[in-house]
Amino acid sequence: MSNGKRIGALTTLAGTIVASSATQGAVLPDDRADAMYHQYDGGGVTIDGPSLLVRKKFAEKYSASASYYMDMVSSASIDVISTASPYKEERTQGGIAFDALQGKTQYSVSYALSDENDYTANTASLDVSQDLFGDLTTVSFGFSQGWDEVRKRGDNSFDEQVDRRNYRLGLSQILTPKLMATLDYEVITDEGFLNNPYRSVRYLDESSGVGYSYQPEVYPQTRTSNAAGITARYYLPYRASVHGGYRWYTDTWGIDAHTVSVGYTHPWGPHWILEAGYRWYDQSAADFYSDLFPRADAQNFLARDKELSTFHNQMLSFGATYELPALGWKRIRRSTVNVFVDHIQYDYEDFRDVTKGGAPGEEPLYGFDANVVRVFFSGWF
Amino acid sequence: MRKPSRLLLLACALPLAGGCSNVEPWVKPYERQNFADVIMAPERDPVAGSYLNHVFEAREGARGATGSHGGGCGCN
Repeated sequence: MSNGKRIGALTTLAGTIVASSATQGAVLPDDRADAMYHQYDGGGVTIDGPSLLVRKKFAEKYSASASYYMDMVSSASIDVISTASPYKEERTQGGIAFDALQGKTQYSVSYALSDENDYTANTASLDVSQDLFGDLTTVSFGFSQGWDEVRKRGDNSFDEQVDRRNYRLGLSQILTPKLMATLDYEVITDEGFLNNPYRSVRYLDESSGVGYSYQPEVYPQTRTSNAAGITARYYLPYRASVHGGYRWYTDTWGIDAHTVSVGYTHPWGPHWILEAGYRWYDQSAADFYSDLFPRADAQNFLARDKELSTFHNQMLSFGATYELPALGWKRIRRSTVNVFVDHIQYDYEDFRDVTKGGAPGEEPLYGFDANVVRVFFSGWF
Repeated sequence: MRKPSRLLLLACALPLAGGCSNVEPWVKPYERQNFADVIMAPERDPVAGSYLNHVFEAREGARGATGSHGGGCGCN
């Protein structure tokens, strides 16, 4: 959890993978295995590693799954090169989940553990979904409880806790023979040590040669967020589909955000599925964020995390799935290889690039491009 | 502790809502073949989709309501 490496820690992922079927209604997920290589490269940060998932049904109405994930991080982000030294590290996480189907009701429980040298996170989740109205409607809700331990390298006495709770509601609706829509609402509360023990804020300091100095950031001990999203997917007159979505977000730190996404999926021949997408995201800054505070200890709470600043980003996505001919493997009835590439452009509106020099508060605004690559094999058995 | 208790109550009550299933479906079962097509799956590849959601959560202030689990990110 070192300075500026938000991209790395992935406690969420295992729970997300193993329980993501919860909103799909009263049908147990397919028996499948996935092996993925992932890479994120942008802003001086490279993170890559493997991700594995295996799911299996048994006794007709139960399903179990397990996942494993690993990150190898090499970071020389702008936060790191401004106030610290580039670093490398690893983190791993694992997750297990169990699903049970009873009539038209599906119950899912899951547990995930993420561990790195200075952060450990445990997450337990419960999700329930129910099909209604002739199976045209699926309602779902879920709850997650997280217990995190925050440590700090070089300071054995530093030991802080974070308590996390997620409350989810979902509604999936078939509207016409070609159109379906999904509504999601989620409340997340955090309590504990929520800032990064390594990150600093900067403030004007005439006694410094560059005109500014740094001090540790200070965050509130609590945060509550509300998010609501709607997505729709439409089957075109020929065999292809389009989808779109919007998400509204607000939290008690003063961040308001909007996300819009669209996509197109097109089968090509008997073996290929091609897809393309576009996503727009923008947010306002947290109330206690500033790129440059007027003096030391200028206010109770202080942040210069660029993820809490005012910014927007755009993403272009392309993907290809190839269904392999029968492999002749006794247990694999169907398999695919998949390549997805995403290009994201981040533009910050009140976070400045101090590495470029200039008078304090007049440095160029920061921005960078990132590429995300996912290559994976999926087998159904 | 109040919200978890309410959720537990909801967990018990939700199956009772199955009684609503006698509502006449306006899209008949034989009209739903499009939704069985893989190109209409909301989340075709759970591993790949979850990873991308995490990329967003780690780089952006917003979180939640993505149709999948939230949880501890360790990305403060």
